[in-house]
Amino acid sequence: MRSLIDILDFTPEEINELIDTANDIIAYPDKYCDRCKRKKLATLFFEPSTRTRLSFEAAMMELGGNVLGFSEAQSSSSAKGESVADTAKTVSCYADIIAMRHPKEGAPLVAAMNASIPVINAGDGGHNHPTQTLTDLLTISREVGRLSDFTIGFCGDLKFGRTVHSLITALSRYAGIKVILISPEELKLPSYVRKDVLDKNAIPYVETSSLESVMGELDVLYMTRVQRERFFNEEDYLRLKDSYILTPEKLESAKERLCIMHPLPRVNEISTAIDSDPRAAYFRQVNYGKYIRMALILKLLSEAGRI
Amino acid sequence: MKVDEIKNGIVIDHIPAGRGMQLYELLELEKLDCHLAIIKNALSRKMGKKDIIKIDSTISLNVDIVGYIAPTVTINIIREGVICEKKKVSLPETLTNVIKCKNPRCITSTEQELDHKFKLTDRDAGVYRCIYCETKAADKK
Repeated sequence: MRSLIDILDFTPEEINELIDTANDIIAYPDKYCDRCKRKKLATLFFEPSTRTRLSFEAAMMELGGNVLGFSEAQSSSSAKGESVADTAKTVSCYADIIAMRHPKEGAPLVAAMNASIPVINAGDGGHNHPTQTLTDLLTISREVGRLSDFTIGFCGDLKFGRTVHSLITALSRYAGIKVILISPEELKLPSYVRKDVLDKNAIPYVETSSLESVMGELDVLYMTRVQRERFFNEEDYLRLKDSYILTPEKLESAKERLCIMHPLPRVNEISTAIDSDPRAAYFRQVNYGKYIRMALILKLLSEAGRI
Repeated sequence: MKVDEIKNGIVIDHIPAGRGMQLYELLELEKLDCHLAIIKNALSRKMGKKDIIKIDSTISLNVDIVGYIAPTVTINIIREGVICEKKKVSLPETLTNVIKCKNPRCITSTEQELDHKFKLTDRDAGVYRCIYCETKAADKK
């Protein structure tokens, strides 16, 4: 049974197919409005994530399907001590496909090993979140016009940001990518990502602590949140937090076709004054997330012979 | 130091010095009631020092455990006092319930019945990662 647990479960060709399908859905939504009629998506969210859950549910509804599930562990049978394996086996009797979010790393893999229907990892702790990565790839593809030959800057918390690690991993399979890593010393990209992904795939990269100094080189700027709790002391946080806030002034040297992305939620790292700038792609990115999830649901249900 | 020769059994030779006891524990050799000798820090031309385990019984060994702890090992099968087979081992592709994932955020930390499975992700460096959370296995002591 085919599932999506890690972005590397899909080949670049399969990801291109998903992007093509998502683009077709955006162009011709009516063609797809009944494709999942009488099919059910189970959203098993063992921890709250309103935006991801709503994105999955909206995706299934736009395909004409139905949704069932829960949005926190307290309202699931896991509160009674049921294992992930048993939950997956049980839900397989009720639904056609599962989207699972779980605080424990590897839980969706355990579900996929035990379910008789496809499982989509909707985020497992700080580990994987492949549909966010698919969303990011569709966004770059639509906003930049290609998935190769561009310079992408990752800014903010590159140490703990799983979306950053996953996107770098996914982009390592495309040609002509240059990566600029912009972060304070305390939040630099972990050495294992640099070694296992960037070095291993000979992807050129530079590390800097200054966003302004590299702004003019970027085709894509991927902003992340610098979180207070990541710092050992308040003094360091206060010293660094404003360095990584994107303001209209910092954008002065940016390219006219820059694509500004953010996995959201945003706190203060992108000034709201930028929201009206055509280069701000982060709310369009949210919309693309729904379309790529529609394409993914179609692919997995089709491969499972359920549509 | 003299250790009796084995008539029918197994000699695990060329164990890196210091890993003999670990291998003994992981193979659960303490459950055997036959003659068994662990020789520590024996002189070796190839390795300088090595550990050796001699088992005076023809038991079936978990070769994956031997390969993981000591890929340099040679397993000698002894019959009627003569070495009749020499087996080389190598790092196994997967390890099941040999080592435990230490990541407190891993699903194996809360679901006790799950197998602890690791896969070999870098043969040259001997790196194993948990199949669930991809955390690197702790270095062998």
